[in-house]
Amino acid sequence: MSAYDIERLSRLIGMLPPAPAAWVGAAQELPQARRELDGIVARAEADAEFRQALIADLEGALQAEGVEPTWPLLDELRRRVS
Amino acid sequence: MEAARDDGAAAARGPAALSGELSDARLVAQCRSGDEQAWRALVERFSRYVYAISVQAFRLPAQDAEDVFQEVFARVYERLETLREDEAVRPWIGQLTRRLCIDRLRAGSRETVEDTDELPETAADDVLSQVEEAFDVHDAMAALPENCREILDRFFARDESYRTIGDALGLPAGTIASRISRCLEKLRDVFEGRNQPPGASSEQVT
Repeated sequence: MSAYDIERLSRLIGMLPPAPAAWVGAAQELPQARRELDGIVARAEADAEFRQALIADLEGALQAEGVEPTWPLLDELRRRVS
Repeated sequence: MEAARDDGAAAARGPAALSGELSDARLVAQCRSGDEQAWRALVERFSRYVYAISVQAFRLPAQDAEDVFQEVFARVYERLETLREDEAVRPWIGQLTRRLCIDRLRAGSRETVEDTDELPETAADDVLSQVEEAFDVHDAMAALPENCREILDRFFARDESYRTIGDALGLPAGTIASRISRCLEKLRDVFEGRNQPPGASSEQVT
């Protein structure tokens, strides 16, 4: 491995700043969010009125269940209820 | 380069310890077994990497970068079973991130440019290779004493001032510069393999 001077190491440390905490938190909560999603889909399958409301406002439905409505979750929910 | 890690001891601690101390392969194996703490640790370990590829190498705007970030981890979560070699998780995540960034750029360009020959296809290779190198440096930092990791990360990666760091860590601001210098020397030694990694994370740099 080539010699690493201090300036280069400093620059490389600075190349990986933390991702925004909310992004990291949403990704870390994926397992729980998936479970919530399964619950929402099951409820939509059993309750036509809820399903209609869900299709009308997917984002609001996720938020109401306490799930951060990230794009992949919204996309999956859309696919599963439509 | 992967820093020395104590898989057994880390398993009993939280996501931060797991992220810093479990090997990639062990972390993947624990995620696959349904360990949600391991999943949190995996996200923590690779979050900066995914973020840097999308924002620094591909220069995605924040909204696109966030979508890519969430999509990467959603796919990793869904497809972890398909990973053939657990230790290959980093190149897998890197490739997935690059592919999703390119898809995002193409989709954005289709909306605004008719001539698809002008689409941005790739990120600057030199930036991507620097991101890989930066990941190795951060990995090597796991072998440093905790106060060194904290000081170096706060100063160089989080752009915090001496005063902010001093306040956060309960240290005189006037000593931060010399601590940074000593910690960088330690990191260089670890990274170049001239010394054995200190190992004992409790060792303090004064």
